[in-house]
Amino acid sequence: MESETRSLVRVEHLKKHFPITHGLLLSRQVGAVKAVDDVSFDIQEGETLGLVGESGSGKSTVGRSILQLYKITAGKVFFEDVELTALSAEELRKLRPKMQMIFQDSYAALNPRHTVAKIIAEPMAVHGDYDAAQIRLRTLELLDLVSLKEAYLSRFPHEFSGGQRQRIGIARALALNPRFVVCDEPISALDVSIQAQVVNLLSDLQKELRLTYLFIAHDLSMVKHISHRVAVMYLGKIVELAQRKDLFAKPLHPYTQALISAVPVPAPELERRRRRIILKGEVPSPANPPKGCVFSTRCPVAIPECSQVEPSSQQVAPGHFVACHLVNPIVEGTKIT
Amino acid sequence: MSRGNIPASNAKTPLLEVRGLSTQFHTISGVIHAVNNVSFILDEGETMALVGESGCGKSVTMLSLIGLVAEPAGRVVGGEALFYNGISVRDLLKLSKAELRRVRGSDIGMIFQDPLTSLNPIMTIGEQISEAIVAHKGVSMSQARAQTLELLDYVGIPDPHRRIQAYPHQFSGGMRQRVMIAIAISCMPKILIADEPTTALDVTVQAQIVDLVAQLRKELHMAVIWITHDLGVVAGLADRVMVMYGGQTAERAYVDPLYNNPQHPYTIGLLGALPSLTGDESQRLVSIVGTPPDLLEPPAHCLFAFRCPYAFERCWQQVPPLITVGVRHKVSCFYDVGKGAPRDGI
Repeated sequence: MESETRSLVRVEHLKKHFPITHGLLLSRQVGAVKAVDDVSFDIQEGETLGLVGESGSGKSTVGRSILQLYKITAGKVFFEDVELTALSAEELRKLRPKMQMIFQDSYAALNPRHTVAKIIAEPMAVHGDYDAAQIRLRTLELLDLVSLKEAYLSRFPHEFSGGQRQRIGIARALALNPRFVVCDEPISALDVSIQAQVVNLLSDLQKELRLTYLFIAHDLSMVKHISHRVAVMYLGKIVELAQRKDLFAKPLHPYTQALISAVPVPAPELERRRRRIILKGEVPSPANPPKGCVFSTRCPVAIPECSQVEPSSQQVAPGHFVACHLVNPIVEGTKIT
Repeated sequence: MSRGNIPASNAKTPLLEVRGLSTQFHTISGVIHAVNNVSFILDEGETMALVGESGCGKSVTMLSLIGLVAEPAGRVVGGEALFYNGISVRDLLKLSKAELRRVRGSDIGMIFQDPLTSLNPIMTIGEQISEAIVAHKGVSMSQARAQTLELLDYVGIPDPHRRIQAYPHQFSGGMRQRVMIAIAISCMPKILIADEPTTALDVTVQAQIVDLVAQLRKELHMAVIWITHDLGVVAGLADRVMVMYGGQTAERAYVDPLYNNPQHPYTIGLLGALPSLTGDESQRLVSIVGTPPDLLEPPAHCLFAFRCPYAFERCWQQVPPLITVGVRHKVSCFYDVGKGAPRDGI
């Protein structure tokens, strides 16, 4: 995508296929799970890009691939115009402080045998040239940043609630002053009242520290709340990418339309009036995706062409990308001939 | 109260009346008051939603009613649950284990959050559905099989003749939940208890299941108790809503007044914490400070006081009673948020 503002992260034709092997000793590859299949996008500095999709759509794999936690199958990932995929392990290690991650399951992400002080200090001990006093100072600063008390420093993860643990995870991610943070479903495991606390904290931190987020979630309303632009994934592909306002005001891809209509709205009268697009069936296996458009098997408006030819992503309005054969007819509200 | 009436489809006939239900768990560190003096009435054919955050006692309330609280640690320590079925009235909390077993499945069906752990992994789904039918209706295996096929088709499982022989792991999450629903409705229960049935499902599949349950409720004239933490799902589904907090009823109302005119600061907070799909997205979310209360020996005052922006002296001294504020609208709070002052006359 061409743009005036500088993009901090750029992903070009990213593919991540996980091999399916057979046999134990002489294992051979019998297929591949196409978790991410040819995905391109960029993230501007200071921006939050929301990445939504259902389970198995490949959204988490995208996040991990950007951070080079997976060896990607094909494509390129740029960070600050440096091609990460071309770097050596040591060069990559030097860049890592600038790219951090917040995980969904904060219980699994924190070492149960380390105190909070040790958890937050660990990235500094590994990466930075900090002495003990500096680490201590910075740890206190970080605790304050995520509104945790100093008294918590000597406690262990199991002594905290889910929301507090997520704050510890956030403090750790911010320890090395990153520029880019991948938030992988950071609020999915939390109660509603706590979700709001964490989301508010993330937006405050973004403003304060000029952070750039990739916000991965399946909760569309939360993504709408926090993101500047939103990308919708289905079965390893980005089917639609647009400014938040455009995507929610006039979603163009039939999948996006169904997804938005499926989200329940907390307003009874509106809920009773709303017409839902109920999709038939469930997401096919990424090991054996449908031919043509990946959504064609469930699409309520599919035409024969859809199950033959894969639609390419095209720009239908400034910054609004859709991969669908029917996009123009849907915009004009007419049928394809 | 109209007891023993022949149910008319439109009249509001109570089906289940719970009064003062309390359930406790005895642990090494002390007694956990999981459910504390909860009362409600469920009418025939209506959908009641039980809403609250994890640990608020919504699931334990339902488990208590159907005798599934894990003993001996868990104990129903008080209350009654009158189940009106035709001309008979029974207190579910006083039934013997054998009687309860007959009630579960035939009068009250249940579906749970995680169908994979609720289904037996080494039995075909056909066997599992037939088992319920044989156990409760006493029909032959072949009759049960015929009914199973019908049920599978009815809950929207394609190709039932083939799928009847499949095992749970061969089904997707949504399909498994449909199997659970088939088992739950196999004996035409009067009440269907759905405990977070869509929480583990994707949003498009959730919409399918919500649709299915709504359709079944109409066709089978069931009453549904839908337990969830998601106020969004509830809005389109429920007739009435009960919000629970700390094992107690915070607020209870018809669905429209609950959303349009919430009275309890906790309900107000929950609604404010939801981002809107339709409204202004740049608005900051109203979060509720603090965390849910510890139910281990809870103090004898309002449990929400710790997190409540309106808490005043009285909230720290007494447990607020349930106050009627509208038609079947009750709230357990001393403070009138709309007026900005403590409520009169309590």
